[in-house]
Amino acid sequence: MTGMKMQLDVVYFAWVRERIGLGREAVETEAHDVAGLVGELAAREERYALAFSDLSALRVAVDQELCDFDAPLAGAREVAFFPPMTGG
Amino acid sequence: MLSVQEEAFDAGEALNQFTAGSGAAGAVVSFTGIVRDDSGSLDYMEIEHYPAMTEKAIAAMIDEATSRWQLTACRVIHRFGRLEPGEVIMMVATASRHRQAAFEAAQYLMDYLKSRAPFWKKEVGKDGESWVESKQHDEAALTRW
Repeated sequence: MTGMKMQLDVVYFAWVRERIGLGREAVETEAHDVAGLVGELAAREERYALAFSDLSALRVAVDQELCDFDAPLAGAREVAFFPPMTGG
Repeated sequence: MLSVQEEAFDAGEALNQFTAGSGAAGAVVSFTGIVRDDSGSLDYMEIEHYPAMTEKAIAAMIDEATSRWQLTACRVIHRFGRLEPGEVIMMVATASRHRQAAFEAAQYLMDYLKSRAPFWKKEVGKDGESWVESKQHDEAALTRW
């Protein structure tokens, strides 16, 4: 099935934000899961490809909940990409 | 109780207030995190966070801690924004009837705050700027819980 597009807010933090050059954008996607979205974003431009070149260095949250890259996007409103957290 | 804030706070005062409101506690444990300058070249630290997620994530940690240990009170204060060497970044305080629960819950909260609260630290100094990398032993510390 193609042509089923959904609108998402995608947010970036720390060096992911710096590498991509923005903190938030509205994205239209046909992806079913986070990995599919990453594929679409990485295919856009070099700066995205660079930011997503090593997924082991990235974490993802869907609607503010940490999840894995195979998490489904059905019903999601916001997806966040960022490096491992350094709180405390 | 949880505060995520940009403003500086007095850790001693916060601890006194916490202790005064900690009910039937016989033990209070606190941890204070401070900006350190190991190399002597740090001008300041810039702490970024994910506002929509930060309070939700930390509240879930506090809920988990209060369900695992019998705490009479629990407090987390975490700052973001620009902090200079020597400034207090954050504080965790726990209170319980006996010390073991308060010690363990404080350590649990610190371990989770380190690796699961959406904060990122950038160091800015004479040698330029760099993001603080997460440490393998911090991630590994979660497995003990």
